[in-house]
Amino acid sequence: MAQPMTGRSLRDWLPKLVLSPTVAMMAIFVYGFIFFTTYLSFTDSRMLPSYEWVGFDNYATLFKLRTWDIAVNNLLIFGGLYIGICCLLGLTLAILLDQKIRAEGFIRTIYLYPMALSFIVTGVAWKWFLDPGIGLEAVVQGWGWESFEFDWIKDRDMAIYTVVIAAVWQTSGFVMATFLAGLRGIDGEMLKAAEVDGASTFALYRRIVIPQLRPAFLSAFVVLAHMAIKSYDLVVALTNGGPGTATEVPATFMYSYTFTRNQMGVGAASAEIMLLTIAAVIIPYLWSELREKK
Amino acid sequence: MATAPTSEAVTAGTGTPPPGGKTRASVNIPRIVLYVILGLFCIYYLLPLYVMLSNSLKPLNEITSGGMMALPSDWTLAAWRSAWSEAQVGVAATGLKPYFANSFFMVIPAVAIATLLGALNGYVLTKWRFRGDTILFGLILFGCFIPFQIVLIPMARALGFLNISGTVSGLIFVHVIYGVSFSTLYFRNYYAAFPTELVRAAQIDGAGFFTIFYRILLPNSGPIAVVCVIWLFTNIWNDFLFGASFSDFDSQPMTVALNNLVQSSTGVKEYNVHFAGAIMAALPTLFVYIVAGRFFVRGLMTGSVKG
Amino acid sequence: MAFTKTSKLLATVAFTSAIGSAAMAQEVEVLHWWTAGGEAAALNVLKEDLASKNVGWQDMPVAGGGGEAASTTLKARVAAGNPPTAAQMLGMQLREWANEGALGDLSSVAEENNWAEVVPAAVQEFAVNDGKWVGAPVNIHRPNWLWINAEIFDAQGLTPPTTWEEFNAAADKLQEAGITPLAHGGQPWQDATVFDDVVLGIGGPDFYRKAIIEADMDALGSDTMVQVFDQMRKLSGYVDENFSGRDWNLATAMLLNGEAGMQLMGDWAKGEIIRADMVPGEDILCVAAPGTEGSYLFNTDFFGAFDVSEESKPAQMELAASIMSKEFQEAFNLVKGSIPARTDVAPDNFDACGQKAMEDIVEAADNNALLGSMAHGHGQTSSVQRAMFDVVTEHFNSDMSSQDAVEELQIAVESAML
Repeated sequence: MAQPMTGRSLRDWLPKLVLSPTVAMMAIFVYGFIFFTTYLSFTDSRMLPSYEWVGFDNYATLFKLRTWDIAVNNLLIFGGLYIGICCLLGLTLAILLDQKIRAEGFIRTIYLYPMALSFIVTGVAWKWFLDPGIGLEAVVQGWGWESFEFDWIKDRDMAIYTVVIAAVWQTSGFVMATFLAGLRGIDGEMLKAAEVDGASTFALYRRIVIPQLRPAFLSAFVVLAHMAIKSYDLVVALTNGGPGTATEVPATFMYSYTFTRNQMGVGAASAEIMLLTIAAVIIPYLWSELREKK
Repeated sequence: MATAPTSEAVTAGTGTPPPGGKTRASVNIPRIVLYVILGLFCIYYLLPLYVMLSNSLKPLNEITSGGMMALPSDWTLAAWRSAWSEAQVGVAATGLKPYFANSFFMVIPAVAIATLLGALNGYVLTKWRFRGDTILFGLILFGCFIPFQIVLIPMARALGFLNISGTVSGLIFVHVIYGVSFSTLYFRNYYAAFPTELVRAAQIDGAGFFTIFYRILLPNSGPIAVVCVIWLFTNIWNDFLFGASFSDFDSQPMTVALNNLVQSSTGVKEYNVHFAGAIMAALPTLFVYIVAGRFFVRGLMTGSVKG
Repeated sequence: MAFTKTSKLLATVAFTSAIGSAAMAQEVEVLHWWTAGGEAAALNVLKEDLASKNVGWQDMPVAGGGGEAASTTLKARVAAGNPPTAAQMLGMQLREWANEGALGDLSSVAEENNWAEVVPAAVQEFAVNDGKWVGAPVNIHRPNWLWINAEIFDAQGLTPPTTWEEFNAAADKLQEAGITPLAHGGQPWQDATVFDDVVLGIGGPDFYRKAIIEADMDALGSDTMVQVFDQMRKLSGYVDENFSGRDWNLATAMLLNGEAGMQLMGDWAKGEIIRADMVPGEDILCVAAPGTEGSYLFNTDFFGAFDVSEESKPAQMELAASIMSKEFQEAFNLVKGSIPARTDVAPDNFDACGQKAMEDIVEAADNNALLGSMAHGHGQTSSVQRAMFDVVTEHFNSDMSSQDAVEELQIAVESAML
């Protein structure tokens, strides 16, 4: 991508001026606050921030907590499956919908609408649907298939997967829209040329279309990673961390320590670990994704 | 709403006959399979809505006596009426009605500002590149990941300091800050694929920074603007944490009211009213999806490349 | 924004038909989580009462998780330097906010109205901090009730159990008859409500005080605590297999429609009973949880008074006086299922269970057996409380041994107290 060439000074600083409000907001409200949190994680803050320095005590407490282990493990399982399934499903649906479907607008809205519903209440619907006593299991058994079993939400080892099911339901439509926008942004001429050259549909997608969707993948990945990490409402509404503490995730952990349990220092420490983990995952990806564009 | 009118549209479809052909009439197996698959997914997405909708049309005793999955045997709109204007939300029995306005006053400006800022940022970051722009983009992106839990207390201090705590402006301010990372991401990634030659040509013709943005990029931003608006509108409309923490008695948004309606800790839980309220609260977002969806049409760009 | 203001105003006028214009001399902003249904309507009594004294009510309801969301909001409001006039709090929260120095002083109105005479001493321990009244109590809930489906018990020839052994015997009998003995929802606070009952029932009031309220390590590690977890393990066999994550009111519904025989739950369950056209004390019996007769666990909602500006203080005092008025205490608690926070309200209008509670609390207070409930924010600080929740829930939902649970409990409590 060529640099638009210009010598005039106005053209030099105008773009930067346009960018500056965003940069200022990020500097204060993202990086400033991260700095503040880092500081809190080394203090004995409990109910409200305090400034008594305690070194690494909060981190020591954090790593001794079994719930934190569970939460981190759950995030790995949940995040991996959720991002993977959403991307795959979103891409598939986008490609299918891009075949000049008759009722595209209608179907698109159906795929998208789960995003519109707040999980405060949708969680209840899912909870019932997944509940073996009243939901899917009971209905299917009622149809005569007596041995049908679907009690994951009550099962300590499986409950986290029900969170994946509901989360995929909620966001895969949006991922589909992201990819669909990407597909619609692809230069049609190029495709036509390839088609004229006799490329098969499959080859067309694999070699030309999907590579061009890389920026859309980046968007989808960032959005999904963000949702995975911040999945608070969903877990609270669906399982509230249960059975026992089997579906605790870092977001619920962080909230509970920072606000409910009045152990703000430990909460800040957990946020710090989260941010470091995110950085460790995101930075290499961004690096590889953005570097080659130059 | 389909893509048909634009003749330039790409036809990379599995079952689609070669370009220019008699598209519509031909019925073939792959296409039927395609529709069946799409239909099955519709069912998957609609199932929870069925649970909510059917329960919102039942009297409460039908739900608590165990018929949560069945269709109502005694159809009633009472729950909807109650959620709209009669249910107790706080000490006043106003239903959700009065809170819609609060949410609109907050969401519309916040979405507009964040989207516009994002589009401008994306434009600068792809078409007016400078040393370090990629790193700057990376830094802006990282803003997507800041956990809101840790933002709450310092942000409350900041709003108090700026003297906008408990106001709608304060809420807009907060939502713009944490929305702009996303809008920048969307537009930057979309504009990255936009032919820079067009921008250069316009520059040679003497068009300025804003003219190029306004005349060339913006008209071609339909699909991504849809994605961005949907994302921001949904997130801001459905946000509870900021709404509950930074609003005042007279600026509480919809979600806080819905939550108040639903989460009575030790009171009787009227599930039918809850579901009706939840669907009601989602209607503006759904409306946005349907309206914005119109701009999802392909072919705009190919047209402008030619023109 | 303007819309809400107007409509709220209209609502005020419509409900109270009191003052024609918007010009209330004073205003109070009240943060609370009584947001829906009857309890919110009952709070309207307070609003009307204040309106008659020319004090306007700015409603700031935030529901969720038994006040968790409201307490987060409160922190944000205090951090922004914009606290409400008063906020609903549980006992421990009130103490914690008072220790932060954020609360004001209601002592003058308290002395004027003789609060010290009429509020039980155990409640005053929370409401009075450092010699000052920092909050006004609204109600007294009793979480240690055992609710019994009378029809089922009659049919099975059972009598209400008074000890845990009797409970187990009755439960076994119900189980044989194909009835779920205990209606229960596996959420941490519900598990903890049951745990409170078992600790008090097996260990007695002194043990409860030592182990729970004082978090004494020896008591927490004692054989009695092992027995407590043994009983918890028995109880986990008396619930149906789909109990985990169930809301408490759906568990109550099981009791009401005869799927289950008993439920251990606070007196707010009365709302569900009445709604199902049944009579508390007749169709659904209320007895003290096994082994806890003579003791009384309580939790109280307070309105904590923030340290507001001088010109807002008179309205704040009016609010506190209204909250403590006999009329409001009676009207509100009739709806809420609890009993008034002042002991001089006549019991006549309360149902059988409410009247029993009002007798029991006097007896318990005399025997030094009126104790704050851990599950409901009156036994321990939030951090220790949640640490106990963790272990209790984990034990109840897994096959952890009682011995392990006791050890876990000690570790969790110790690390939460740091």
